[in-house]
Amino acid sequence: MIHSLFLINCSGDIFLEKHWKSVVSQSVCDYFFEAQEKAIDVENVPPVISTPHHYLISIYRDKIFFVSVIQTEVPPLFVIEFLHRVADTFQDYFGECSETAIKDNVVIVYELLEEMLDNGFPLATESNILKELIKPPTILRSVVNSITGSSNVGDTLPTGQLSNIPWRRAGVKYTNNEAYFDVIEEIDAIIDKSDTKIFNLIFNSVEESDNFCVSVASVKKFHLPLCCYLQNPRLLDDVSFHPCIRFKRWESERVLSFIPPDGNFRLISYRVSSQNLVAIPVYVKHMISFKENSSSGRFDVTIGPKQNMGKTVEGVVMTVHMPKAVLNMNLTATQGSYTFDPVTKVLTWDVGKITPQKLPNLKGIVNLQSGAPKPEENPSLNIQFKIQQLAISGLKVNRLDMYGEKYKPFKGVKYITKAGKFQVRT
Amino acid sequence: SFQIKKLVYVYLMRYAEEQQDLALLSISTFQRALKDPNQLIRASALRVLSSIRVPIIVPIMMPSDLSPYVRKNAAHAIQKLYSLDPEQKEMLIEVIEKLLKDRSTLVAGSVVMAFEEVCPDRIDLIHKNYRKLCNLLVDVEEWGQVVIIHMLTRYARTQFVSPWKDDAVVEEYNENNFYESDEEEKEKDQKVKNTYTMDPDHRLLLRNTKPLLQSRNAAVVMAVAQLYWHLAPKSEAGIVSKSLVRLLHSNREVQYIVLQNIATMSIQRKGMFEPYLKSFYVRSTDPTMIKTLKLEILTNLANEANISTLLREFQTYVKSQDKQFAAATIQAIGRCATNITEVTDTCLNGLVCLLSNRDEIVVAESVVVIKKLLQTQPAQHGEIIKHMAKLLDNITVPVARASILWLIGEYCERVPKIAPDVLRKTAKSFTNEDDLVKLQILNLGAKLYLTNSKQTKLLTQYVLNLGKYDQSYDIRDRTRFIRQLIVPNEKSGALSKYAKKIFLAQKPAPLLESPFKDRDHFQLGTLSHTLNSRATGYLELSDWPEVAPDPSVRNVDVAESAKEWTGILGKPKKEKPTEKFYSESEEEENESSSTSASVVFISESESGSESEKENKVEGSSDESSGSSSSSEESSDNESDSKESTAKERYRAADESDSEDIKQKAKGISKKRSTSSSSDTESTSSEESSSDSKSESDSKSESGKSRSATFSKKEEKPVQDRKAPNKQDVFLLDLDDFCPVTTPVAVPTPAVLSPSLTADLEGLSLSSSSVIDVS
Repeated sequence: MIHSLFLINCSGDIFLEKHWKSVVSQSVCDYFFEAQEKAIDVENVPPVISTPHHYLISIYRDKIFFVSVIQTEVPPLFVIEFLHRVADTFQDYFGECSETAIKDNVVIVYELLEEMLDNGFPLATESNILKELIKPPTILRSVVNSITGSSNVGDTLPTGQLSNIPWRRAGVKYTNNEAYFDVIEEIDAIIDKSDTKIFNLIFNSVEESDNFCVSVASVKKFHLPLCCYLQNPRLLDDVSFHPCIRFKRWESERVLSFIPPDGNFRLISYRVSSQNLVAIPVYVKHMISFKENSSSGRFDVTIGPKQNMGKTVEGVVMTVHMPKAVLNMNLTATQGSYTFDPVTKVLTWDVGKITPQKLPNLKGIVNLQSGAPKPEENPSLNIQFKIQQLAISGLKVNRLDMYGEKYKPFKGVKYITKAGKFQVRT
Repeated sequence: SFQIKKLVYVYLMRYAEEQQDLALLSISTFQRALKDPNQLIRASALRVLSSIRVPIIVPIMMPSDLSPYVRKNAAHAIQKLYSLDPEQKEMLIEVIEKLLKDRSTLVAGSVVMAFEEVCPDRIDLIHKNYRKLCNLLVDVEEWGQVVIIHMLTRYARTQFVSPWKDDAVVEEYNENNFYESDEEEKEKDQKVKNTYTMDPDHRLLLRNTKPLLQSRNAAVVMAVAQLYWHLAPKSEAGIVSKSLVRLLHSNREVQYIVLQNIATMSIQRKGMFEPYLKSFYVRSTDPTMIKTLKLEILTNLANEANISTLLREFQTYVKSQDKQFAAATIQAIGRCATNITEVTDTCLNGLVCLLSNRDEIVVAESVVVIKKLLQTQPAQHGEIIKHMAKLLDNITVPVARASILWLIGEYCERVPKIAPDVLRKTAKSFTNEDDLVKLQILNLGAKLYLTNSKQTKLLTQYVLNLGKYDQSYDIRDRTRFIRQLIVPNEKSGALSKYAKKIFLAQKPAPLLESPFKDRDHFQLGTLSHTLNSRATGYLELSDWPEVAPDPSVRNVDVAESAKEWTGILGKPKKEKPTEKFYSESEEEENESSSTSASVVFISESESGSESEKENKVEGSSDESSGSSSSSEESSDNESDSKESTAKERYRAADESDSEDIKQKAKGISKKRSTSSSSDTESTSSEESSSDSKSESDSKSESGKSRSATFSKKEEKPVQDRKAPNKQDVFLLDLDDFCPVTTPVAVPTPAVLSPSLTADLEGLSLSSSSVIDVS
């Protein structure tokens, strides 16, 4: 399946390669560079490229291209999904998936890649198992390693790989049993010119981070199942689960019952369709206009909160890709700060918290290139925001039951509503 | 230590190929490691051994290990060996066959992968394992799922009859209405009546893959989607759209592939994605390739009902800063206009407005589209042509200029005044034009010469002269050709008569088609589909067979089929998550010697032997079956009435489904009633299903199937899909414990209450007395 993997940074250097079968020459990447050149920006590089002898499937993550070389027919999503899993694992291990992090930990990277694929077929991708095989780097351990000359390869055997529940390590013990649920909802929306909501879908994910104790000697014999009862689960239009969730019980009772993996993981992602009308928590008043035959335009944007159950809207950031003709912007913000990058023509306005008494406003003059025709399209505004303690869809975690343990574990639920791909057309 | 071993392995894998001699030295060490008590060491030794690309090691590899993890690695090794030495194929296929029978979820994915790599055409290997694979599918790790689903899709296409037949016939029926004959109609009616019934195995596959739509892995979701697309009846395929739309929230690469597949799907079955129309609206921040794909889908989905909203949406897109995308939008509008006749005029007007756009690419694109539209609609569009003729002065994009010239030439009779003027203008600029435009100028001249030779004779000749000395071969060639045709001279009499007909013939309108039109012959979700060309190793999805091949090939041999059935029928009514959460078959297999497990097994084997006797009882007298069932109950830990009824049902099902099997078994068991235990012993230690057809075998199997039903009762909360797996485990241990189950010497299990044990003993006694009677 996957033959080789090349990691390429933005300037086009291959800084890491790994072959699972025979060695494929680096020159195969020339085809990729060719395609990269053709594409105007990195986003436009086609994920699948066909070359005379190989196929290149690439993803772009955190300024790194992961280019995998394929020789035969394979579902492209299979490879893409796997590459993303690799990137996730790096993120998990090194805190970030950047070129420097990978270069610093090149040994671990190779060990990881060796474990994740065997002859091009995924072997162990569950982070729990990997962490058992290869310990993530810590400062202390790297010091010890450099003195003693030992490596990060774990000396325990990955028993989890043998069980039916590969996501949980064997014999995890904690003094405190804690389960935290983060319900993070993202609103995807396009708001049209006339302020009619074109569509808004809510994509959400319940992420759970837990720290769970198994006080019984062996997990093999005894699992601590959790049951998570959701309020009004009918809201959910479409869901996808972590494999630990038992689908049968969800189908029959709409209860999430699962044996949790150890550590942070995404338990369930769900989608609430636009049929269940959900109020959008912010509104934007905008006045952007470019005058004909003059090299200036006006820009005036106000953001305000709609009814949102008394919660404050925080972390508001607005980014606007201005038309190419814009030379400079001369604005004043009543709140927060703005930056305008004259090269990429991106205007970023970091608003912060919105207080309903004093609505944040950004106003000023746009300088256009003299002689250039007036841009025909007004730029659309991309808005990010965050509302704590509110799940906009109305979903709630009602109850958490634990089986096989007499005392009550600590559990916490946090709700956050965020803007996903939230775009206002002007 | 393991740590150092691990590092050595990594090192070896890297350098073995370069220094083969040195690598060979290490092989004996690995051979020793292959016998290590720790399964993980065995597995990694196997892995390294197969990764060392040294051909000599091939004969060493023979995967038969008790640990499923090692077997999984063995499956991986098969692929490596195959690439190393294709001549070993026959032997490797044998190994694959053996591993395919494996019931462990760990192995399934890897072995199917090996199957795909080594012998994808040996579909006969799958038959016996088909049902098992379907049932195990949910528990296989996600990468394995993708491979298995793709394989099963191909398999199902060869083995089942098309579920689309009904729809197809109905469609055909409608189409044929125009020229129907009575006979035909009758025939059709009959066909329609002859309704399609789906093979239960086909249904099983569809049912078992459905939950996987909820997977977190996009590849799995896509695999299921393509399975439904290729296999499910058209009415059911719709359920996948929701999940596919969900994937659009993912990162750009996933979006790209998913959108491509949706585009192909939406051409054929619009209805599937219509409810999600708004999910495909374009954001200005999307990369261009995503934008164009979304646009493609939107165009495919356009119909009378939503066209007005769509057109409004398109208006926004046309203004986009991304000009490439804007141009694509214009083409999309053109396609909508041809597909939906109601809006053609609106679209045309909109496009004409765009002609005054400042951006050249937009204008050029709209000219081209208008040309195509006018061609499909040869109504009176003189105004538009006049407008375009005016634009000719400003447009510089060659394609657009050529299109305008062609239009004027084609419809020169509708604009008799303007056309000669246009020719005059272009003749002036002829030398500076692009080749494409020059050709069209020549064409225009020729057409005008034919229709309006009075005004344009001189002009045309001038143009032709210019063309004669042009640098391009093409243009000189065309000039010569036209001159011969239209200018009357003594030689070329015959053809020039028809010159008018040749030049001004009705031209067929171009079809505005989706670029995804021709992709549907590739299996969805494959690399070939994405590239729209055959990738190496692409396996064609065969057409549905006319007549389904014999479905009985999937019936597994006696014992297994019985087990299958109990597995399917024995759905737990109520799950008790408190007792057992996930099936622990794996673990139990690993530690079969642990006490609690052995307790279960002993009682299991007990009941197994009992059931055999019971068979005899049933054979001898019908009434006694009731009593025997009650005695069975006493052996059960929880004996409530509900369970007993359930048990009865299982038995009934069992009987009806494998009646003949039983008959046979009964006969045998009667014959050899006394030596039952020794017989079962003889089949022990055979781990996977027993192929041998010896009498003793089938007999013990009947016992097994019985014990399977028993195990069902005991292990109530276990999920049904686990059932076959589970039973396998019991079988194993049943065999081990068989010698103990001689009627009198029952070792009293610690867990069972004394009264129960007494019951058990009593039972065994009574049953033995029954034997005596019979």
